[in-house]
Amino acid sequence: MLELSQVSKLFNPGTADEKIALTDIRLKLAPGDFVTVIGSNGAGKSTLMNIISGVMKPDYGEVLIEGKPIHALPEFQRSRWIGRVFQDPMAGTAPRMTIEENLAMAYARGKPRGFRLGVNRSKRAMFREQLQRLGIGLENRLRAKVGLLSGGERQALSLLMATFTKPQILLLDEHTAALDPARAELITRLTDQIVRDLGLTTLMVTHNMEQAIRLGNRLIMMDKGRIILDIPEERKRHLTVEQLLGEFEQISGHQLSDDRIVLG
Amino acid sequence: MIGSLSGAVELGLLYSLMALGVFITFRILDFPDLTVDGSFTTGAAVTAIMISHGNSPWLATLVAFASGLAAGACTGLLHTKGKINGLLSGILMMIALYSINMRIMGKPNISLLGVDTIFASISPLVFMLIVVIIVKLLLDAFLHTDLGLALRATGDNSRMIRSLGANTDSTTILGVSLSNGLVAVSGAFVAQQSGFADISMGIGMIVIGLASVIIGEAIFGSGSVFRATLAAVLGSVVYRLVVAFALRVQWLDASDLKLITAIIVIVALVLPTARRSVKARSAARRRSLELAAAAAAPKQGGVR
Ligand SMILES: Nc1ncnc2c1ncn2[C@@H]1O[C@H](COP(=O)(O)OP(=O)(O)OP(=O)(O)O)[C@@H](O)[C@H]1O
Ligand SMILES: [Mg+2]
Repeated sequence: MLELSQVSKLFNPGTADEKIALTDIRLKLAPGDFVTVIGSNGAGKSTLMNIISGVMKPDYGEVLIEGKPIHALPEFQRSRWIGRVFQDPMAGTAPRMTIEENLAMAYARGKPRGFRLGVNRSKRAMFREQLQRLGIGLENRLRAKVGLLSGGERQALSLLMATFTKPQILLLDEHTAALDPARAELITRLTDQIVRDLGLTTLMVTHNMEQAIRLGNRLIMMDKGRIILDIPEERKRHLTVEQLLGEFEQISGHQLSDDRIVLG
Repeated sequence: MIGSLSGAVELGLLYSLMALGVFITFRILDFPDLTVDGSFTTGAAVTAIMISHGNSPWLATLVAFASGLAAGACTGLLHTKGKINGLLSGILMMIALYSINMRIMGKPNISLLGVDTIFASISPLVFMLIVVIIVKLLLDAFLHTDLGLALRATGDNSRMIRSLGANTDSTTILGVSLSNGLVAVSGAFVAQQSGFADISMGIGMIVIGLASVIIGEAIFGSGSVFRATLAAVLGSVVYRLVVAFALRVQWLDASDLKLITAIIVIVALVLPTARRSVKARSAARRRSLELAAAAAAPKQGGVR
């Protein structure tokens, strides 16, 4: 479904603050894979997401979706296949526009945008139905400006917008990190439910170790721009947080350091 | 008095298309576009030269619209593809248009007295009322289409709309282009109504457009697209009423108008930020008093 081969990325090459963000990343996701990603600050997790989604281009290597190389396409063209939720709840929605207008823009993902009405009666009914699945009452506020919503509500809406057109790939970059524990738990639950219901191929960066083990069918660990461990489903099922941290230390030679780390 | 009142309303409507153009760049795209000063004159110049050469005023107005679209597209291209700062792109285009306008007109002033314009057979007030209502409603409708939503999102959260598949370079170019098209049409109508085109008639247009948008928002609100475009149109009318009133004041000169306009815009821009910071400071003060009281409370409990 998604394949990365020998992907490398340097920042500020040849200068004093040259930074190796990714080195020789090889990763292959099967359809329906739900992979959680953990790693220290600066390990290259966000860079990996940005290279898959097209915000940045790799310096070397290839990104393929369903066998097609896509790493040369600009971000807006890749969005046909890729849904994204950002860490910042403000990043995934347009605050001065209404809930239904935001959904309409997500609904137009991957289609040519022309002079058809963004929100009509049938789309509105569909949006309402989709919002009901979130179970937080947004279906009654279709015409409210998104800027009025709380961070958690906005993130739930972003999640819906990223997924309801069933993209081939879903990228989640610490999308619960900016929320308080109760709301983070809500978004986590919704994520699990939506990804399973739709069978989306998903890559989820998280700083919550317990979550990384509990969710998904595969776990990868990154450090200093490399994937240092890839844990398959059978092993992951019996893994504990202590074992995971121990394993990290053993392979990387230092402790997992993450300013937002949550153990469980 | 009634005469000058209806005259002011008429002017307000003539310039309201320009205000709608400024609304598109300034409010929707969040792009301070100074092309306006040049493209307004371009619209007037194209119309005047075409009409005085015997072309239909309708055709002339249409060509003016097209030339405004082209001017705006250039600014958009400079900004998106040339990666030139937005303000600077507009200034560059404005300067370039000065020469181009001079080339179009051949001389600094073209008179349309004695030639048939659109307003030869229709009263400007009635005509403009109809045109402005139609343009406003069309713009509203456009801003609710898929493309219109993408345009609005480009100014609201460009990162998001890119991740949803819109090419924000294209939407920016489209928006700036459409804006200057409207500005040029406004120039075309003003030239026909006033009976001349002048090379310097666009100077200060951007500030007048901003003043109209800001006054409109302050009085009529901007909750929805419908309200916001209505506010831009009515803001333009109110601006002309203010000007008409100012001109009746003994000790004010006509040349003071630009200063008055600038002051209106400055006040309107400074007030909301100032009000916000005062509010924030008093909220912070109240909260820290509360916290201090809460911290003091247990101690008092201990003394008993
Ligand atoms: N735009 C950029 N310019 C220069 N350096 C960058 C840029 N983006 C990231 N980096 C550097 O690349 C490295 C990888 O960053 P990245 O954001 O991918 O890490 P991360 O794993 O997401 O970390 P975190 O857990 O803090 O989010 C870091 O050392 C970072 O400083
Ligand atoms: Mg990151």
